[in-house]
Amino acid sequence: MRSINVEEVTQAIAKLCINACYYLSEDVYEALVKAKETEESPLGRDVIDQIVQNADIARNEDRPICQDTGMTVIFMEIGQDVHFEGGNLEDAVNAGVAKGYTEGYLRKSVVAEPLFDRKNTTNNTPAVLHTYIVPGDKVKIKVAPKGFGSENKSGLKMLVPADGVEGVKKVVLDVVKHAGMNPCPPTVIGVGIGGTMEKSAILAKKALLRSIKVRNPHPEYAKLEQELLEMVNKTGIGPQLGGTTTALAVNVEWYPTHIAGLPVAVNINCHATRHAEIEL
Amino acid sequence: MAEKIRITTPLTEEAARKLKAGDSVLISGIIYSARDAAHKRMVETLDRGEKLPVDLTNQIVYYLGPTPAKPGNPIGSAGPTTAGRMDAYAPRIIEQGLQGMIGKGSRAPEVVESMKKHGAVYFAAVGGAAALIAKSVKKYEVLAYADLGPEAIAALTVEDFPAIVVIDSEGNNFYEEGQKPYRRI
Repeated sequence: MRSINVEEVTQAIAKLCINACYYLSEDVYEALVKAKETEESPLGRDVIDQIVQNADIARNEDRPICQDTGMTVIFMEIGQDVHFEGGNLEDAVNAGVAKGYTEGYLRKSVVAEPLFDRKNTTNNTPAVLHTYIVPGDKVKIKVAPKGFGSENKSGLKMLVPADGVEGVKKVVLDVVKHAGMNPCPPTVIGVGIGGTMEKSAILAKKALLRSIKVRNPHPEYAKLEQELLEMVNKTGIGPQLGGTTTALAVNVEWYPTHIAGLPVAVNINCHATRHAEIEL
Repeated sequence: MAEKIRITTPLTEEAARKLKAGDSVLISGIIYSARDAAHKRMVETLDRGEKLPVDLTNQIVYYLGPTPAKPGNPIGSAGPTTAGRMDAYAPRIIEQGLQGMIGKGSRAPEVVESMKKHGAVYFAAVGGAAALIAKSVKKYEVLAYADLGPEAIAALTVEDFPAIVVIDSEGNNFYEEGQKPYRRI
C-alpha cells in the first residue's frame, strides 16, 4: 500500500490544466507544419500558417492557445495499491482545476446548472472525471480541456451489425459534414466503436488523447483510421475557408460489444487537441 | 492574396454594402464583444420595450468571450466563437442597426435574409488563432452585463484586426465558394 496526499493531486492537476492550454502538443504542431506544405488551397495554407504562428505566440508568451479553455475532462488511472489521504479525491481534483484556471488566467466556462439558471461557477469546476482502477501503486492523470466549438459538433449513432464498415464511415462523414467549419478545422477526430452507448462516447474521447503520430495497433483499425482521414479530407471543408486539410488525423478506439449492436461515437476536436499527463 | 481593405468603425451601411464575400479586411476602431448570454439578455431587453445597454447602430459585434488578461496586457486570448449559436438572436440585433458581425462558422438563412435587408456583413476571424488575434486588441473595457464574466459586453479598441468577409450584404457565401473546388466526395 502506498499513500498519496490528495494535495499532490491538486497541485499536479493545476499545472496540467495550464500546460495543456498554453502549449500545443508536439505531434499536432508537426502535423500543422507539414499540412502547410500539403494543403492545396492557398487560402487554406494561409489559415494554417496563422494557426502555427498562434501556437508559437502561445508557447513563447505563456498564453492560452485558444480563448475557449474548455470544460476540464480528466482521466485518472488509479493503482489499486494506492491509498489517498488528506481529503476527498474528487474535491482535490476540482481544487486543482480551480487553481489552474485561476492562476493560469484561463477562461471560466462552466455553468452550474445546464437548463434554467446557467450561472457561471467562476472557477471552471466541476471537472468531468473518469476514474479507472488498475494494478499497481501509481496514479496516472490525464487532463484534456475540451472546447465546445468542437464538442457541440460531435455525434453518436447506434448502428446495427449489418451496417458494417460502410455504416461506420457514413456516420463519421455525416458528423464531419454537419460540423463544417464550426469546430475550427484542421481538426483531430476521435472515433469510438463498440461497447454500449456511453462506452463508445468515452472511447471517442479517449481516442483524442492518443498521439496523432500513433496508429491503432490493430491493423484493420489502423487501415480504417487512414481511410477515414482520406475520406474527411475530400469534403472540401479544409482549414475553415476551404481546402484539403479538414482533419490532421482520425484516431479510432474500439471495445467488445453486444451481438446486436455497433455503437459509433465521433468526438471532434479543434486543432488545439489539448492534453497533458503525469504519473504520480 | 489580394490587397487587404482597411475598415474603420463605425461602419456605415453604404460602406458595408461595398464589401464582397472573400474580401480580406483589417478593422480598426471600437468593436463590441457579445456572445450567447449577452445576446439572450439583449433580446429580453428589447422584448420588454427597453433600450439596449449599448447603441449598436453602425457598429460591429465580435462573438467573443476572452480569457482573463494577464497583468500588463489589455486582454487575454481572444479568438472568435461559433456564430451559429447567436442565430436565434441576430436578426433582432441587426434590426437595431448592427452593421457587422465577426465570428466563425455558418449562419442560418434568417440571419442572411436580415443581413440583406439591412446591409449587414458577416466576417470570419481564424478560429483557434486566439493568441495571434489578441495582438490587434489594444484595449478591453466592460460596458454592460459584468456579472456574465467572459460573456460581458465590452468595447474593444482594435488596430488592424484581421478578418475576411464570408457573407456579404447580398448573401454571397465565401465558405461555400471556398470549399467547392476541393469537394471530392
